[in-house]
Amino acid sequence: MSETAEITLKTPLNAAHRALGARMVPFAGYDMPVQYEGVLAEHRWTREHAGLFDVSHMGQAKLRGADPFKSFEKLVPGDYQGLKLGKQRYSLLLNKDGGILDDLMAGRPDDDGLFIVVNAACKDADFALIADALKHEATLERLDDRALLAIQGPEAAEVMAKHDPKLAELGFMECTRLALFGVDCFVSRSGYTGEDGYEISIPADAAERIWHALLGDARVKPIGLGARDSLRLEAGLPLYGHDADESTSPVEASLTFALSKRRKEEASFPGAQRILKELSSELGRKRVGLHVKEGAPAREGAEIADSTGKVIGKVTSGGPSPTLGHNIAMGYVPPASAELGTELKVIVRGKELAAEVVAMPFVAQRYYRKPA
Amino acid sequence: MRFTKDHEWVSVAGDVATVGITQYAAEQLGDVVFVEVPDVGKTLNKGDSLAVVESVKAASDVYAPVSGEVVEANGSLSVTPETVNAEPTGGGWFAKVKMSDPSQVDGLMDQAAYDAYLASL
Repeated sequence: MSETAEITLKTPLNAAHRALGARMVPFAGYDMPVQYEGVLAEHRWTREHAGLFDVSHMGQAKLRGADPFKSFEKLVPGDYQGLKLGKQRYSLLLNKDGGILDDLMAGRPDDDGLFIVVNAACKDADFALIADALKHEATLERLDDRALLAIQGPEAAEVMAKHDPKLAELGFMECTRLALFGVDCFVSRSGYTGEDGYEISIPADAAERIWHALLGDARVKPIGLGARDSLRLEAGLPLYGHDADESTSPVEASLTFALSKRRKEEASFPGAQRILKELSSELGRKRVGLHVKEGAPAREGAEIADSTGKVIGKVTSGGPSPTLGHNIAMGYVPPASAELGTELKVIVRGKELAAEVVAMPFVAQRYYRKPA
Repeated sequence: MRFTKDHEWVSVAGDVATVGITQYAAEQLGDVVFVEVPDVGKTLNKGDSLAVVESVKAASDVYAPVSGEVVEANGSLSVTPETVNAEPTGGGWFAKVKMSDPSQVDGLMDQAAYDAYLASL
């Protein structure tokens, strides 16, 4: 969560958040809503109904060129040459040592290059890197004139189907370009909560109108960054800059699903040598989920100890799980302590609290899978 | 009731001060999900961490507005931490401190001064 006191940027929905009485906080250089009515209520609303998030601070861009998919593969370990029209894929921007520079979504909502969405705190660096690394073969256009909304929760599909029935048919990780609310939108069935839902890229000048139109549905409430964080934690999804960073590899971060089969076989992505080696044997640490069984929530930075009390790692995110009613955390431990069921300790304000390695997601994901 | 700039309150009976946080502080914290109260018998200096209040997002220290020994702690908050939001100046108290220097209370704000301080924020 990189905060800056320098220039505070605003999303096109800043006035709308303030009008709703949101508590605003600095986040990644932006003035963002952390909560409206309260983190717990917003968290629960999203799990039960539909939550609307302003994520316009995230970076959106289009990569175009002779073969932008092949070009993009120079920077990420995903199979983008094999990405079909109407699909998107999660991937990782890697440095030459295989460290994670950012995580991202890139998809083909239309037949016009690759639509890329990256984290707000990393977007300037990411886009500069992509543009420079691929300057002889592709052109990156930043879409700074677009806002980004996410609508998430079990009722999100019904809400969106009201605006276009086609959206109910979109499968998880599919994307499309269509006219919605009378404007040109990129829509994907994806999100950062573990729930079914959509991410919707819209022209900035239509953002306020669309925000209000969606909130006009009684099933939809605005959700701040506070609940966004507790929802993604329950879903086991890493927060870049906390649960993964330049010092962690995709294998350490338990993100091997982002390494496409063909790309591994070709060993053709940045840091492939290290990453493939880690896959076959040598791993120093691994991101795991923890059920903290007693006491206070274990937050980022809390030490993790083995059953003998020896410190073996650190918590990278943690807090209460409103859905489960107990404390959960993610952190890095050596592989020997990463087995499910391993009894560990987390140290919070000098107290050793019992914790157990558990599977992630902590709360079952409920993505929409299209009938075969 | 007297107040600190960190939004703690104390209510004095004899030489025992009951300590909690104000409505304003409770609203700023948001949903309280965990409270760590001090052990009875613990000696605190004014400004020491007396309790820790955890919201979904973060942990916040509650500082001792006065020096003294903890003579009672509100153990019920471990079961119902939400009382801090519901009744911050009532059932949401954290601890009772037997003051070593009751004159420290004189240095705290009264209601009018605290209200003026809040208005200035």
